[in-house]
Amino acid sequence: MRVNFTVNGRPQEADDVWEGESLLYVLRERLGLPGSKNACEQGECGSCTVRLDGVPVCSCLVAAGQVEGREVVTVEGLADFAKQRAEHGGCATGACGSAEKAGTSLDAAKQWAAKGHDSQTGEGVELSPIQEAFIDAGAVQCGFCTPGLLVAADEMLERNPNPSDADIREALSGNLCRCTGYEKIMDAVRLAAARQSAPEGV
Amino acid sequence: MADTRTTGIPSKVTQGSKTKGGIGESTLRPDGTLKVTGEFAYSSDMWHEDMLWGQILRSTVAHAEIVSIDTSEALAQPGVYAVMTYDDLPTAVKNYGLEIQDTPVLAHGRVRHHGEPVAIVAADHPETARRAAAKIKVEYRELPVITDEASATAPDAILIHDNRDDHHIGHVPHPNIVHRQPIIRGNADEAAKKADFVVKGEYTFGMQDQAFLGPESGLAVPGEDGGVDLYIATQWLHSDLRQIAPVLGLPEDKVRMTLSGVGGAFGGREDLSMQIHACLLALRTGKPVKIVYNRFESFFGHVHRHPAKLYYEHGATKDGKLTHMKCRIVLDGGAYASASPAVVGNASSLSVGPYVIDDVDIEAIALYTNNPPCGAMRGFGAVQACFAYEAQMDKLADAVGMDRVEFRQLNAMEQGTIMPTGQPVDSPAPVAELLRRIKAMPLPPERQWESSEGADVRQLPGGLSNTTHGEGVVRGIGYAVGIKNVGFSEGFDDYSTAKVRMEVVGGEPVATVHTAMAEVGQGGVTVHAQIARTELGVTQVTIQPADTQVGSAGSTSASRQTYVTGGAVKNSCELVREKVLELGRRKFGTYHPAWATAELLLEGGKVVTDGGEVLADLADVLEGEAVEVEAEWRHRPTEAFDLRTGQGFGHVQYSFAAHRAVVEVDTELGLVKVVELACAQDVGKALNPLSVVGQIQGGTTQGLGVAVMEEIIVDPKTAKVRNPSFTDYLIPTILDTPTIPVDVLELADDHAPYGLRGIGEAPTLSSTPAVLAAIRNATGLELNRTPVRPEHLTGTA
Repeated sequence: MRVNFTVNGRPQEADDVWEGESLLYVLRERLGLPGSKNACEQGECGSCTVRLDGVPVCSCLVAAGQVEGREVVTVEGLADFAKQRAEHGGCATGACGSAEKAGTSLDAAKQWAAKGHDSQTGEGVELSPIQEAFIDAGAVQCGFCTPGLLVAADEMLERNPNPSDADIREALSGNLCRCTGYEKIMDAVRLAAARQSAPEGV
Repeated sequence: MADTRTTGIPSKVTQGSKTKGGIGESTLRPDGTLKVTGEFAYSSDMWHEDMLWGQILRSTVAHAEIVSIDTSEALAQPGVYAVMTYDDLPTAVKNYGLEIQDTPVLAHGRVRHHGEPVAIVAADHPETARRAAAKIKVEYRELPVITDEASATAPDAILIHDNRDDHHIGHVPHPNIVHRQPIIRGNADEAAKKADFVVKGEYTFGMQDQAFLGPESGLAVPGEDGGVDLYIATQWLHSDLRQIAPVLGLPEDKVRMTLSGVGGAFGGREDLSMQIHACLLALRTGKPVKIVYNRFESFFGHVHRHPAKLYYEHGATKDGKLTHMKCRIVLDGGAYASASPAVVGNASSLSVGPYVIDDVDIEAIALYTNNPPCGAMRGFGAVQACFAYEAQMDKLADAVGMDRVEFRQLNAMEQGTIMPTGQPVDSPAPVAELLRRIKAMPLPPERQWESSEGADVRQLPGGLSNTTHGEGVVRGIGYAVGIKNVGFSEGFDDYSTAKVRMEVVGGEPVATVHTAMAEVGQGGVTVHAQIARTELGVTQVTIQPADTQVGSAGSTSASRQTYVTGGAVKNSCELVREKVLELGRRKFGTYHPAWATAELLLEGGKVVTDGGEVLADLADVLEGEAVEVEAEWRHRPTEAFDLRTGQGFGHVQYSFAAHRAVVEVDTELGLVKVVELACAQDVGKALNPLSVVGQIQGGTTQGLGVAVMEEIIVDPKTAKVRNPSFTDYLIPTILDTPTIPVDVLELADDHAPYGLRGIGEAPTLSSTPAVLAAIRNATGLELNRTPVRPEHLTGTA
């Protein structure tokens, strides 16, 4: 079958799709977008998390045919997605910046940021705040869980810009990481939240 | 000491002290941007024009003779390009293995464990390959299963491997025992007479899975020269190569291996998985072949941590001094040897833990059974022992009537302590200090789940299941400390190789580091760049992809890569530095007398004297001439343990960590919430502090997993795996994982580069017994097995 849908703002057409193929398979093997990861292919690990019409889903559990005519955002499009959201006055839900401060202050969050820069890191690539925070906080080791976590964390911060630690843990509980012990992922999300709610230029 | 600010004497410059981004800084991962944008190419992301997909058919039973295999229906499927069985293997070499080549590439006449590869298929779509594999008809005649020590060593037991000719068969008491390592020191029976208290215990450690997230996968591309290019996720390219090439009948230089992105490893990629299968299918079909396991297959596709039975006896005087220790550790190696012999060596030599006991009687064995093969996993034999001896320490302290931490401190080893192997500990061993630090950390507040709006169930046992608001919840606190060896032990030639090049690119001096080190997430690539900056005084460092075009780096295992390949990079950089200085002397030596007289350094892109005076720009020295060195580097040699007494200088270095666990247990439902898991660890020198803490937290969490949730369940009647999925094999989520405060101690080991200590594994050891101790503290239960499940806490097991 043929599936027409939008991926990261661009219309895409996938041909010869077998009915049993997942959205994850179509993204990875037919559209050349392997950023969404295939760690369990049974909806347990969250590594394949993408946004389907704005909602985070495990793309391994979505049949390719279900995305006909719909909009998908993957990790490859996250930086653009975040940029457009910022340009359109904050988050899609309008909740950004309005909530009471339950989260972490920027000063407090900064202590988690690594000092110094590697010459090969981040040059000339525009990243979303959550992507930058993951690098700065040391939340990336093997990196296999990272794409799914980034999509999930970005969506959580869109809904809840000042999350408490318990909020972060609840929102990311569908994303397994085997390397980090999650502490630096917590640091990264706190850092992104703090930077997002701080005044420009801080 | 003179204050240079007041005397005006310039401070002496040492190599690397003036260059940014060197060792000791938390520089960021060079692969970080690629990993957060989704562009980093993992082995499962490989793609090639005209690529086929490989699929493995695995045995549905654990132990059986293969009566027949019929592939005709599978071959007839449209889209299927090849089906191969044992009979299609191209050479006389049909087995592989890390130490003992006992593992068939494809089963021959017999399968020895559930999920053993029997046939392989290549097709144009992964689903076509899966369906074709399902059409292969294999007739099995089942054999009785061997699942434990009793069935393995029974007089009439079927031998898992007939006609063993490996180098362990001469000293094992039964052919179903892979290896046996006794350690006898002093006289345990005699010393036992001095004991006022004797504590005995029998402990069980469940089978843990590495559960790295990136499944086994790779792409084999046939070459025009009859060779093959393999893009693969592994822990040791050259070890894979040594095992792959003979099976394919190719010289090693025609099997060109390149490391692809590796989605975690933790020991589970030391053994081969799909490497040979993909190459066989690629060479057979003449097309590139990609194989990607799904999670179900991954549980069958790699070895696990050895489950173990541990029998311990300790004695102590009424003053709390340990008198003696006797132990017997039985590790289940499963159907094939994998790393079992080395795991036995570790379990026995580290079975005493970080304590002083002069009189010991130790035995460790690994069995051959029909259970899943077990081999390397983070902690490697030391994990199981630590779980048992730390439980013993608590029991002894209680018997003596001492505080559990003080009891450990009283008996803690230190620099100069003689190991049970007779090897002196010749670098800092701050065991008592780590315990002091961990105990001094502030405790999380009582009833931490309470907020102004009532109980936050997310902070309670049972979580969002909303099973309690604090009723029946009891807090417990537990401590543990462990010792892990660093590097390959027992006389292994544990070297690494680094090629370092320095040249001018775009007017700037640039260093290029090329090793075969498998970056599996640990951050070796970050550290290599830091070492090159420190040693060569440049900012720009390029890390080349790891491949077999450079000498072996050894395995990304045993907490060894920063030590050994880090050491090799440092060594090659030093050799490059000498050459650069020679070049400088040749070009500019006549311009300044310091070229001949002073100690010269490379700092900030310049050649400087140790007084800080600039002699030349590196760009000018290197103009038109690149400098390159490829050199091997070795740590000090070790020796084998004596097969009767276990004596020998077997280990390179030791690594120590201590944990304090705080848990809250819903005693009515048997649910555990780990509230905090604090760690103190000596790292010698933190080359990258951010990465060091990340390793400690990650290792700690894997220890937490096997304390309260992770276990591969093998049916004792059939030896079949019952939970090969993330639905049924649970690893900690972010909700299961507590805050992990880390206290890093840096006491230099003078034998090691920069004084560093391998750090990756030690935190995996003491985490588990600390959590168990805390649960025991909360419940008063004995709990002699891990993982603990609810039924063990509610008395309904």
